[in-house]
Amino acid sequence: MTTEQEKPEIADESGDKYKYGFVTDIASDTAPKGLSEDIIRLISQKKGEPDWLLERRLEAFRFWQKLKEPTWAKLSYDKIDYQDLYYYSAPKQKVAPKSLDEVDPELLKTYEKLGIPLKEQEVLSGVVAVDAVFDSVSVATTYRAKLAEKGVIFCPISEAIKEYPELVKKYLGSVVPYTDNFFACLNSAVFTDGSFVYIPKGVRCPMELSTYFRINAQNTGQFERTLIIADEGSYVSYLEGCTAPQRDENQLHAAIVEIVVLKDAEVKYSTVQNWYPGDKDGKGGVYNFVTKRAACRGANSKVSWTQVETGSAITWKYPSCILQGDNSVGEFYSVAITNNRQQADTGTKMIHLGCNTSSKIISKGISAGRSNQTYRGLVKVSPNADNARNYSQCDSLLIGPDCGSHTIPYVENRNKTAKLEHEATTSKISEEQLFYCQQRGIGEEEAVSLIVNGFCKEVMQHLPLEFAIEAAKLINISLEGSVG
Amino acid sequence: MKTPLLEIEDLCARVADKEIIKGFNLTINEGEVHAIMGPNGAGKSTLSHVLCGKPGYEITSGTVRYKGKNLLAMAPEERAREGIFLIMQYPVEIPGVPVTTFLKHAVNAIRQHRHEPELDTMEFIKLLREEGKKLGINPDMLKRPINVGFSGGEKKRLEALQLAILKPQFSILDEADSGLDVDAMKVVAEAINAERTEHNAMLVITHYQRLLKDIVPDYVHIYADGHIVASGNKDLALEVEEQGYAQFLKEK
Repeated sequence: MTTEQEKPEIADESGDKYKYGFVTDIASDTAPKGLSEDIIRLISQKKGEPDWLLERRLEAFRFWQKLKEPTWAKLSYDKIDYQDLYYYSAPKQKVAPKSLDEVDPELLKTYEKLGIPLKEQEVLSGVVAVDAVFDSVSVATTYRAKLAEKGVIFCPISEAIKEYPELVKKYLGSVVPYTDNFFACLNSAVFTDGSFVYIPKGVRCPMELSTYFRINAQNTGQFERTLIIADEGSYVSYLEGCTAPQRDENQLHAAIVEIVVLKDAEVKYSTVQNWYPGDKDGKGGVYNFVTKRAACRGANSKVSWTQVETGSAITWKYPSCILQGDNSVGEFYSVAITNNRQQADTGTKMIHLGCNTSSKIISKGISAGRSNQTYRGLVKVSPNADNARNYSQCDSLLIGPDCGSHTIPYVENRNKTAKLEHEATTSKISEEQLFYCQQRGIGEEEAVSLIVNGFCKEVMQHLPLEFAIEAAKLINISLEGSVG
Repeated sequence: MKTPLLEIEDLCARVADKEIIKGFNLTINEGEVHAIMGPNGAGKSTLSHVLCGKPGYEITSGTVRYKGKNLLAMAPEERAREGIFLIMQYPVEIPGVPVTTFLKHAVNAIRQHRHEPELDTMEFIKLLREEGKKLGINPDMLKRPINVGFSGGEKKRLEALQLAILKPQFSILDEADSGLDVDAMKVVAEAINAERTEHNAMLVITHYQRLLKDIVPDYVHIYADGHIVASGNKDLALEVEEQGYAQFLKEK
């Protein structure tokens, strides 16, 4: 049965500070190990999907079999055995929960421990609606009724496939086609759940929407799929948080986020990524291979990505903007922190297709311990994109002598009217700065965290307030033990 | 009668392989203000750095006791929490860290050490504004990142503000170089004078006598070649002003 055996104290014993490392012992419904057409049929059947989607999955799978895992990133890790993973794991529940009262209390407890209250009355005065994804399925989505009044759809994507097939059919895979890359292709074949958002014409979403992803089951790949559609003149701010238990094995996470922004609409997408990073010797941790992309399809549309990345053993992630509509705007604000043996290869792509499109990239990388970090970015201006503008700033901060930081900004400009600026700096926390803090009574670790938070400030101020506080704490935790 | 606050005995220190401080002796009692004067390059700043525990210096021999405790065994932040405050000549910039945030961390670290309750944001802001007003500090300056783009005068005012808020028992004013901004110094001098009590003590390190018109010391020491070569009262500073350092350097 569902008895809970959580071991939060593991974190203390091993000297690690990852407080989300506990495991929820909950009965789950798991498909057999390995990947084949049969497994994909099984997933599709479990989810009661329409045939068109199964066909798309199989098409993606067949294509994936011909692809090779990319090796261009500055990452080194043991080869992933894709046949040694589970592709479907869901908490066992007799019937799908109709309301929160029917959700397994163990699951509610798990989210509570993660600091994510799912009972609506506990959510701060109704400013955030939450979709909680546990392993392969969405377990609860709050405030749906309230959102529905405004015509906003916020639900698990598996449900959207059944309830809003026209929207899903039209937009799913339209920003990230299965042919895009190895990991996106894999996701297209085996994705299990994720969030779906539709903001109707002219609607300003009355609250922040947020999804909390949680990997729980062992040896299970997590492949979520998020699809956000902002119809003409609409606005939404969307938050994404991620945690996983502390395990010795690596866990594979390959998600896709697609955002469609129509004329005059705006989407603000914020992420605090705190997947388990592995221990100090690099054992365990999540392999995070994520494809995130937004298409600014209409004129005057805007998308802004803000991310704080502290987790994962391996990060491979380039949230991008396709600026198709005239006057559309893309922004990317990123803080990536790596410590111990973590490796991150992350950045963004700004593809300017429309006229007067503009983009801004602010990337702050902090490396500590023996970690390695690469900023990899692309700014592309197509021949028709008159008067495109880009400003890129990539700053790296090094803590200690054994970490590495690399900046690889690509620029492809095919239009003479473009104005592109790029600035990059690499610095170390200076002894003078540390001494100044200490001379005022501030301890060394606190001083480092003050200096680092100062370094990241330009990015952090783009996060919604509550998230910013959480992110600042996370930064401190990530850097504990990095000095002295 | 007098309670010694700082007792330095036979202190020797070096940077890399270079001896800078060579057999330095000085006792400062509660309530006293001492000035150390010396030619440029005599290693006056090294003395203030060693007392505050700045990394990069090797203590080769000697002892320093502060309130009877072994000062040299304490981490820089412990020394600060015990009431040692260094007013720096060139305070460093910390981008992105507002003055308010920085000072709140400092105040509460020190209060915690003294087993006093931490100040909440409201209390702290009130204190900061009040003390800032006395020093002619614009509240906007408190929101700016610490020392970033500050003028020389603003930097000095900020140091004075920290002195007023952190309430140290032993302050060191390091104006070792000749690059003295007289107007800015007045602000600091006033702040220092405001802290003069029978329990607090100060060490003023300077190249010029001018500063000692604003902060009148009880004792003046001439520092050359790593140790004190002459001591006296405030008149000694005037002698230096008139005759220069040469006579003291010859005497040794």
